[in-house]
Amino acid sequence: MTTHVPGDTLVSLNAVNKHYGQLHVLKDINLQVRKGEVVVVIGPSGSGKSTLCRAINRLETIEGGTISIDGKVLPEEGKELAQLRADVGMVFQSFNLFAHKTILENVTLGPIKVKGVAKAAADKDAMALLERVGVGHQAPKLPAQLSGGQQQRVAIARALAMKPKVMLFDEPTSALDPEMINEVLDVMIQLAKEGMTMIVVTHEMGFARKAADRVVFMADGQIVEDATPEEFFTNPKSDRAKDFLSKLLTH
Amino acid sequence: MDVIIENLPLYWNGFLRTLFLSAVSGIIALVLGTLLAAARVSPVAALRGFSTVYVEVLRNTPLTIAFFFAAIVLPRLGVKFEQFEIAAIIALSTYTAAFIAEAVRSGVNSVPVGQAEAARSIGMNFGQVLNLIILPQALRTVVPPLINILIALVKNSSVAGAFFVLELFGYGRQLANANGDAVIAVLLGTAFFYLLLTVPLGILASTVERKVAIAR
Repeated sequence: MTTHVPGDTLVSLNAVNKHYGQLHVLKDINLQVRKGEVVVVIGPSGSGKSTLCRAINRLETIEGGTISIDGKVLPEEGKELAQLRADVGMVFQSFNLFAHKTILENVTLGPIKVKGVAKAAADKDAMALLERVGVGHQAPKLPAQLSGGQQQRVAIARALAMKPKVMLFDEPTSALDPEMINEVLDVMIQLAKEGMTMIVVTHEMGFARKAADRVVFMADGQIVEDATPEEFFTNPKSDRAKDFLSKLLTH
Repeated sequence: MDVIIENLPLYWNGFLRTLFLSAVSGIIALVLGTLLAAARVSPVAALRGFSTVYVEVLRNTPLTIAFFFAAIVLPRLGVKFEQFEIAAIIALSTYTAAFIAEAVRSGVNSVPVGQAEAARSIGMNFGQVLNLIILPQALRTVVPPLINILIALVKNSSVAGAFFVLELFGYGRQLANANGDAVIAVLLGTAFFYLLLTVPLGILASTVERKVAIAR
């Protein structure tokens, strides 16, 4: 469905491993995402897909393997890590807008404090982004005054304000009321059409069909299938994926 | 009662000295305590260790020990003061900082972890996350307990009176010695001037508590 042609590898995970105590949550994960690609990660809960997403900007540490972004291996800590994170946009399940800052400040804080953009320019960019996600008129409010769908769109604008190379979405619609899911998905589909590189952990199969270049299916900490949405939804190869899809379709 | 009225200038002087002692120690303790709390949540293990040991030692020993250290041990180690007042300020602020560190730390922990994650993921460094996102939110929940600690500080400053620092309690003791027939009145007068400091602080605490409740 997407019109753009994917380019060079932007995000690369090689033999990534992680344990939570006894639990092996990421088992030898290999995944390459190219520039402009939209990769949707699906799988049953506890399959490690959120951990995978969070590991890409090192909100979760990993024990083995390497993760690199645009050719640079993720640093352990410090200034280099902060710099790399500024290039990776992250959207959380629970929005995590800064509760004590206005909507506008939420979007401008990163550009001003991290990139040193002048306030006037940052305000202008932020207003354009807020208009783009349809919440421009909410700019002076505090996050708690907005609905979940509006907050999540602000969170997307906040991430975009850093002009990231890749956007990570960690179950962006799972905390939303059903009638608000579409307003967020529409923004994401638009973003995908514009050629943003995206890694999306979601349960929204409709989004996967509509916007994904690839579907990655995870179960028990492993990548079980990696296929186009067409292939995956019509002809899944593994029993695990067949089982997962059958449960979705019967409800 | 005549004792109090006759010695009002003395009381007033003591009141001002207690106010001075508490204010200076309070400011130093707030700064030191916040730094200790920052060290306690920092990614550097050595800083966390130092902060933990500091807080546990000072929080769990009597204030008089801190005074003895500041007034007697420090001078032997070559730290000389012109006045005992400096020793009192050192003792009060280092002791109170331990409590402030604990209050600020619990405030930091009350801020949802997602706030820090969101801040880190737009590229903020540890200092920025703390100063721009965590502390401003933590301070709102921390203000009431901080004021309680400051009330305790005002009262604790009376220990300085026993170390030859003339403040409210010190003057009170002098007056009590000089007016053996009116000890009760003298002490009531002293207590009144302490209340003059601590009661407004308590009122401030409850006002602030109502005002800064943050919507989530």
